[in-house]
Amino acid sequence: MVHEASAPDERAEQFDAWVADENKVEPQDWMPEGYAKTLVRQISQHAHSEIIGMQPEGNWITRAPSLRRKAILLAKVQDEAGHGLYLYSAAETLNVSRDQMEADLMSGKAKYSSIFNYPTLTWADVGAIGWLVDGAAIVNQIPLCRCSYGPYARAMIRVCKEESFHQRQGFELMMALSQGTPEQKAMAQDALNRWWWPAVQMFGPPDHDSPHSAQSMAWKIKRFSNDDLRQKFIDMAVKQAQALHIEIPDPDLKFNEETGHWDTGEINWDEFWAVVKGHGPCSRERMANRRKAHNDGAWVREAATAFAAKERARAEKVAA
Amino acid sequence: MSKVDPLFETCLRLGDTALVLGQRLAEWSSKAPTVELDIALSNHALDMIGQAQLFLEYAGRVEGKGRDEDALAYHRQDFEFRNAMIAELPKGDFACTMVRQLLFATYASMFYERMTASTDADLAAIAGKAEKEMAYHARHAGEWVVRLGDGTEESHQRAQDAVNLLWPYAHELFQTDVVDQAMIETGVLPDAAAFKGEWLGEIEAVLKRATLSLPEDDWMPSGGRSGQHTEHLAYLLAEMQVLPRAYPDAKW
Amino acid sequence: MTNDAKGKGGWPLFEVFIRSKQGLSHVHAGSLHAADAKMAIENARDVYTRRNEGTSIWVVPSDAISASAPEDKGTLFDPADSKIYRHPTFYTVPDDVECL
Repeated sequence: MVHEASAPDERAEQFDAWVADENKVEPQDWMPEGYAKTLVRQISQHAHSEIIGMQPEGNWITRAPSLRRKAILLAKVQDEAGHGLYLYSAAETLNVSRDQMEADLMSGKAKYSSIFNYPTLTWADVGAIGWLVDGAAIVNQIPLCRCSYGPYARAMIRVCKEESFHQRQGFELMMALSQGTPEQKAMAQDALNRWWWPAVQMFGPPDHDSPHSAQSMAWKIKRFSNDDLRQKFIDMAVKQAQALHIEIPDPDLKFNEETGHWDTGEINWDEFWAVVKGHGPCSRERMANRRKAHNDGAWVREAATAFAAKERARAEKVAA
Repeated sequence: MSKVDPLFETCLRLGDTALVLGQRLAEWSSKAPTVELDIALSNHALDMIGQAQLFLEYAGRVEGKGRDEDALAYHRQDFEFRNAMIAELPKGDFACTMVRQLLFATYASMFYERMTASTDADLAAIAGKAEKEMAYHARHAGEWVVRLGDGTEESHQRAQDAVNLLWPYAHELFQTDVVDQAMIETGVLPDAAAFKGEWLGEIEAVLKRATLSLPEDDWMPSGGRSGQHTEHLAYLLAEMQVLPRAYPDAKW
Repeated sequence: MTNDAKGKGGWPLFEVFIRSKQGLSHVHAGSLHAADAKMAIENARDVYTRRNEGTSIWVVPSDAISASAPEDKGTLFDPADSKIYRHPTFYTVPDDVECL
């Protein structure tokens, strides 16, 4: 931990040594401005992804084809809201208010995961999201449970604990489809076709094109590189697709005997950057829905604030 | 038409009301005024869907024709649904949702509390679970109705509008017909009319704290519990049932 | 805990403590915003106990918590380091004597 009395560059050195040694940083400890800034960006982006991520799957809650599936999906989307809240409160320990973060999301200043800008066109998409998107998220998030920033690491432990059912329900849903009628099988394959590449891109740009990665790794905010995590996900997903008897839409996909990993074809990074810049098929709708929910709820939040103020005034009057 | 089995009919009434209200509550997902309320409303929807599963599963067993809860939920027409109409009205704004929750959950918590003593062991067991859930919904909704009623001018007006809109539909919950009579006589169902006064007292107490008032009792629509619904139910079912109807042979 | 206890249109921040089962202490679970304490408890129930994690909830306005300063860590806690005789392992006793 860093001594307050130290000179500025000595502090930075002590800080780097402290985190390099696998120590945790807590909110009131001294930390470099860049460290706090990186964390706020990453944690709030993560929180926003959970909140926006409710929409694509939420799209099917009222149309879930059995009561069991309806309950599962509702509980899953609800968990995402909860995860958003855990993460917002972790970010708030860095002195950024939730109002500010929400405002940044709605103004378009803050980003969220591009994957949620793709549409859910059939029921199978709910399965594909659970299986692939949550599967990728877990690969991404498990290392974050060891992140150097205490509140983020603790939030991630809670998230990962709850997330494990998300991926399993998605896989189970896909399995029901892939063992179902020909229409259901086709639905499952179509969903994989549309979600595979966006899921692969979820790990972010390749390492040589990822500007913040090196510093984040040094600060133990990030524990593995984008490409390493991506490979881990691909190796895992290939076997799972085989179990589902559906085909990954990549003619160049093949096992590399030398590395022991699956090699994929070229990833379309132009599409990735286009979606990041807001040109995803649903980018505008997702943002518009978020703004609408926020604006439609304004009178409710104002009412609760006004009522709480009245109650305080009444309590003070009684006390006086 | 064959004679109606009152126990089957009763299970459908209880199950359908829970299901349709659960579907309405679920519509709030990702649209609530705060993320915290989003989570709360999803919890309430989950409680209702859970109750619907239990009641409809039991309905299927009582009927004895091999229909499970999904067959009953997804493969019946609107005129075969037996839910009270207050459940099917559109979700409306947050005030509508909270006022409906207050009126319905206060009623349901009292109903299920008494139904735990049912002579039908299955219904008594479901009531034991549902009673606590409904008591929590009633409390949660009551607190919000008070906040809205005694909040800002706008929220007061919206809450009062919601009370005026929903109040007429609350009466149906307390009406009894031959089906209910048969069930009350055999101790399967409690007599809702017997606790209407107590219910009214609780509602009035909340509305008083909320600085809201009840409208005059004049129009008292009913019919949902015998299959005569509002225009809204068919749309709700068209959406809810779309997949099982499009793919009748599929398992999900 | 944050110094910025406002947010959410001025809704204060509350710290949430959950008792996971009778006999255990309430443990800090996280924080949330609410207009009043009642709402904070309801929100805490929905946000932090969706999987039977709780039998009891405390909520405390975040700005009601006084915390020790990080720079006092040495002054406050280092002096305990040298009191090794407070730990049972400090003492050498024969292995074959029971109940020690």
